[in-house]
Amino acid sequence: MRNMLYIAAKELRSYFVTPIAYVIVAFWLVGTGFFFWLSVSYNDPTMRNVFGVILVLLLLIAPALTMRLVAEEARTGTLELLLTSPVQDWAVVLGKYLGALALYLTMIGLTLFYPLLVVVFRGNPDWGPVWSGYLGMVLVGMAFLSVGLFASALTSNQMISAVIGFVILLVLFIIGQIGSNLGPGMGDFLSKLALSDRFDPFSRGIIDLKDVVFYLTFTAAVLFITIQVVEARRYRA
Amino acid sequence: MIEVEHLTKYYGAFPALRDITFSVEKGEILGFLGPNGAGKTTTMRVITGYIPPTSGTVRVAGYDVVEKSLEARRHIGYLPETVPLYTELTVFEYLDFKARVCGMHNGRERKARIYEVMGLLNIGDVSNRVIGTLSRGYRQRVGLAQAILHNPDVLILDEPTVGLDPVQITEVRALIKELGRNHTIILSTHLLPEVSMVCNRVIIINRGRLVALDTPIHLAEGVAESQSIQIEVDGTPSEVLRVLRSVGGVTSARVVPQQTGTQIAYGLSAESEITMPVAEGSLPAGVHTYRIEGQPGPDLRPRLAAAVVGAGYNLLELKSVRPTLEDVFINVISREEELAAYEQEQEPVSGATAMPHLPPAPARRRRPAPPAPPPVREEPAEGEESTQETAAVVPARTRVSTKRRARR
Repeated sequence: MRNMLYIAAKELRSYFVTPIAYVIVAFWLVGTGFFFWLSVSYNDPTMRNVFGVILVLLLLIAPALTMRLVAEEARTGTLELLLTSPVQDWAVVLGKYLGALALYLTMIGLTLFYPLLVVVFRGNPDWGPVWSGYLGMVLVGMAFLSVGLFASALTSNQMISAVIGFVILLVLFIIGQIGSNLGPGMGDFLSKLALSDRFDPFSRGIIDLKDVVFYLTFTAAVLFITIQVVEARRYRA
Repeated sequence: MIEVEHLTKYYGAFPALRDITFSVEKGEILGFLGPNGAGKTTTMRVITGYIPPTSGTVRVAGYDVVEKSLEARRHIGYLPETVPLYTELTVFEYLDFKARVCGMHNGRERKARIYEVMGLLNIGDVSNRVIGTLSRGYRQRVGLAQAILHNPDVLILDEPTVGLDPVQITEVRALIKELGRNHTIILSTHLLPEVSMVCNRVIIINRGRLVALDTPIHLAEGVAESQSIQIEVDGTPSEVLRVLRSVGGVTSARVVPQQTGTQIAYGLSAESEITMPVAEGSLPAGVHTYRIEGQPGPDLRPRLAAAVVGAGYNLLELKSVRPTLEDVFINVISREEELAAYEQEQEPVSGATAMPHLPPAPARRRRPAPPAPPPVREEPAEGEESTQETAAVVPARTRVSTKRRARR
């Protein structure tokens, strides 16, 4: 447990001593800021559209955040030292995940600046959908980051890991549309798996326990698979 | 401290390690020798618990590295060949992280230990530098620092002196010897003098097989099939050779060509194919070096000296050429190579039939038989261990002698 936190802290530090975090955070703030401005200029009080677009932005951001976590360590060989330290494989994976999640939460926290601006300029935001939207962002981010980490564990190349992560996320993102064309049965099943469709209620102010459980379960399942992948790496080494 | 039993590792269908058995006692420094790709790193990776063996068991400090991996790993400090470090962290940050991960939770103790180790390895002056900016020598020492940080019983060092300058090499060797007093160390290297300098025992691995296990001195003795003497005489070569050959016990004598003087410097055996035959008659009178091979037994040197001086020649130099570890290494490896080639010619499937207990197809992991309760196992383990150790020595040596006979 402690080891997991040590690894998370180390990952967080690594983000900030390399330019990665600054580049990603800058990209993130420019993107979200632009869409917020767009939303405000259309007099949308709920930030609903902002969240919708940020979700697309996350498709790129999440793999970028996680791409180096395992892949880079595998490339430089530090993974060998980490996996021969008295640390369980799950602590390594979860520690890295928590490190990325902490950075993501910081990024989400920074965007709280936008609703604050609305208040400062005597606007009256509809706080319900804003908070539920933020909860949705956190849950979706957790799921996206787990996929990114999974992709990172598959390869020793950051770029490949980012591309794999992006493609998986994209497929899971548009699977709802594919599903709706397939009709009942298979189509319904695929729609249920879609990461995007379940986000919509959050941005409208509806917190459905079903959706919360879905995102948490999805994240847990992907992390579990990732732990297996890291363990399997030992057999390939 | 380290017990390796019947260790076999397949990468796919490729056998990286084949039935390796050896053990290392507390306070021993064991040298790993072998050509590139022989299986040294693989063996180390299995011992450190990085990769699981296909079959066989490895115990470190009494803990099976597969079953009780975490406990075993707590007792191991490991320095891989590539010295992988987090290049974006400073030396102190990195060591702090490593110490935390290794269970040093007390902040003050941890800090004290980090400074102690940094002092030991002379890296205190770069403690706040980012590792990525350090020279190879510093990185190597940071790598050593992280290996000994948690004061493990066992140190696994994969080529620890590569990339260091001569002064640092001497320092690191001294440190390893010092650490060897209360740690058990396995050290792989290409530098053969390093092995004779630092190690108590040597293992030679080739093509995944353990081909020799002994002390450096014993290994060198085992190779000495005859007396080799080098002599420098001023005189007519054909005449000198006649005198030398007339001495009792001498089996052969020949002129050593000047241009292959380097061979002697490196202690290569006289039988080396590189040695060019010299037309004895054509050589002018003067100072020449002669190589004399004699039967093992009483020292030939006094008789040779007497014969040369008695014949009226000036004796300028007389020395016996002892086989070095290089001789042993080349000898053992080339013999294995011949053996492998022979096996392949004779019966291509011998690998499968000779070792029926090995899976021909890649097996994911063969869980070793569940260990008996520890207190029961403690007693027989002692005897078992010693027999296995001799067993490891004996076949290697018998193989040496049979092959030698075959050669003659």
